[in-house]
Amino acid sequence: MSSSSAQSAPPDEGHGLYGPYGGRYVPETLIPALDELEAGWRAAQADESFARELNELLANYGGRPTPLTLAKRFCGEKRVYLKREDLMHTGAHKLNNALGQIVLARRLGKRRIVAETGAGQHGVATATVCARFGLDCVVYMGVEDMRRQRPNVERMRLLGAEVHPVEIGTQTLKEATSEAIRDWIANVETTHYLIGSCVGPHPYPKIVRELQAVIGCESREQILAREGRLPEAVIACVGGGSNSIGMFAGFLDDAEVKLYGVEAAGAASLGSGRIAVLHGARSLVLADEDGQIADAHSISAGLDYPGVGPEHAALRDSGRVTYLTCTDGEALAAFERLTKMEGIIPALESSHALARALDIDESLVLVCLSGRGDKDLDEALAQLGRQA
Amino acid sequence: MSKKLVIFLMSGRQTPDLAKAAVEGGADLIELGFPFSDPLADGPVIRRAAEAALAEGMRTKACLECLAEIRGRVQVPLVPFVYSALLEAYGYERFVADARTAGAGAILVPDLPVDSHSELERIQLVAPTSTDERIDLAAKTTDGWLYLVTLTGTTGARTELSSALAGLAARARRLSPPGLPLYAGFGISTPEHARAAAGIVDGVIVGSRAIEVAAGGSDDLRRYVSSLRAAIDAA
Repeated sequence: MSSSSAQSAPPDEGHGLYGPYGGRYVPETLIPALDELEAGWRAAQADESFARELNELLANYGGRPTPLTLAKRFCGEKRVYLKREDLMHTGAHKLNNALGQIVLARRLGKRRIVAETGAGQHGVATATVCARFGLDCVVYMGVEDMRRQRPNVERMRLLGAEVHPVEIGTQTLKEATSEAIRDWIANVETTHYLIGSCVGPHPYPKIVRELQAVIGCESREQILAREGRLPEAVIACVGGGSNSIGMFAGFLDDAEVKLYGVEAAGAASLGSGRIAVLHGARSLVLADEDGQIADAHSISAGLDYPGVGPEHAALRDSGRVTYLTCTDGEALAAFERLTKMEGIIPALESSHALARALDIDESLVLVCLSGRGDKDLDEALAQLGRQA
Repeated sequence: MSKKLVIFLMSGRQTPDLAKAAVEGGADLIELGFPFSDPLADGPVIRRAAEAALAEGMRTKACLECLAEIRGRVQVPLVPFVYSALLEAYGYERFVADARTAGAGAILVPDLPVDSHSELERIQLVAPTSTDERIDLAAKTTDGWLYLVTLTGTTGARTELSSALAGLAARARRLSPPGLPLYAGFGISTPEHARAAAGIVDGVIVGSRAIEVAAGGSDDLRRYVSSLRAAIDAA
């Protein structure tokens, strides 16, 4: 499959450790299921029919390859290319992962799928693939996110998914993820947990990375064909970190390519987090000195998460990737600018990467436009109206 | 030998009184919950109790003080139930040392599988989904007794005792060193459940229902624990 050319497979494949990060911090009940998943993933990787089935779905159902668009008016002084994951079926990169995991889940004989969602994009992608294959689908979503992303809630329900409101704690992605994991613990024999980002216990960070690596691999070929050279910088937003890790996977071995991840200023696990355990893995997390998880804050539901994938934490430590932050206001400005200058309404998540793309030094820049912004119209218009 | 009764209580200002009442009611061991903001193994009752405890300021240090205070009030073994996130922050070795000083016997970490942090001595948990190989490893390394999670799920009362317990207990018995006590927890809430479980294993752990009853005060808890004790002794 296309992701097989992804560069720099993560270290310590066997234990799911990325330096001091990763691992499995979950109740014993789940360990056999994680072992089964890992074995199933290995077998799928070694089986050409898995790659054939997935590639056919990515192309003819998902709409891959996605185009690369030169954003001339968005940024006149430099050449900024947008990797158009917003043009994928369901409107975001999330479908790459959902398709891959659903093919895997079917190989494992699972008939029921649980997932968490923040912005609703992963929930929609999961509900979509469940509809496509006739599987039962339960999506956990915080009630605050259900309010912020109402169109996606309606979409998931129309697709036949049961959207389970999560009313505990911050009522956002963190709690939704915990509830999805608890559901999985209770139904582990029949159910596949279709995690949406490169977080969670081993082997999830690895599986999600490999399924999203198609973004970086395609982008690399496309920009070489268009520009005859590699980009000077690659930039992507980071919540849990799946679009960015998939994009970076194509460029990690190209030392001359500068890599930037952009976190929401109020949810900067890499910028201001500490080592802690959340959702089954050790990583950088917004937590207090006792290890209690702190609340994250972002206008973008998809970035409103206090943790981050363990590979990102290791990439920060090694210095290979530079992680920046972006405020709600800066993201909104970039959202409006791309819309008005290019006729592309970006997701608020992707708008964080767009904002920083404008002010980094490099002049040939590749941005991962991870999703489209239709889902954000209510929230963005309300906020922009307040500013006006 | 009579079967053991373990009562789970969440750390808090009232907990020393509650622990005393539980022991008066016939508890042989107190499991003391250290609240965590994102407890994956817990159902709604213990989760809410953890939220309330955190709101009351029950951070790791305060919980250790609570443990020491309970130690001064009762003679039975005390076992902290603590998520790995708290150990990461506090330091694994430092926690064990400070918990011992405060009066703990062993510790329980619900989200640390048997093959990770194997240097940390603790009571190991096995579940119906555990393979024989993992039960064998857990039985060999556990600290004192083996915790059988009766069901695939989170903590919380159920209407019936899990039918998976008998099979799990038989496997654990076969794979454990002779004489290793097996205690069963998760989903045990009524005297009938406790009696049935005591017919299969050496100890019975009651958590969520005890937390609910404890909300009514020490007298309610003492009465409830007595009813469990009587049921277990009749098994």
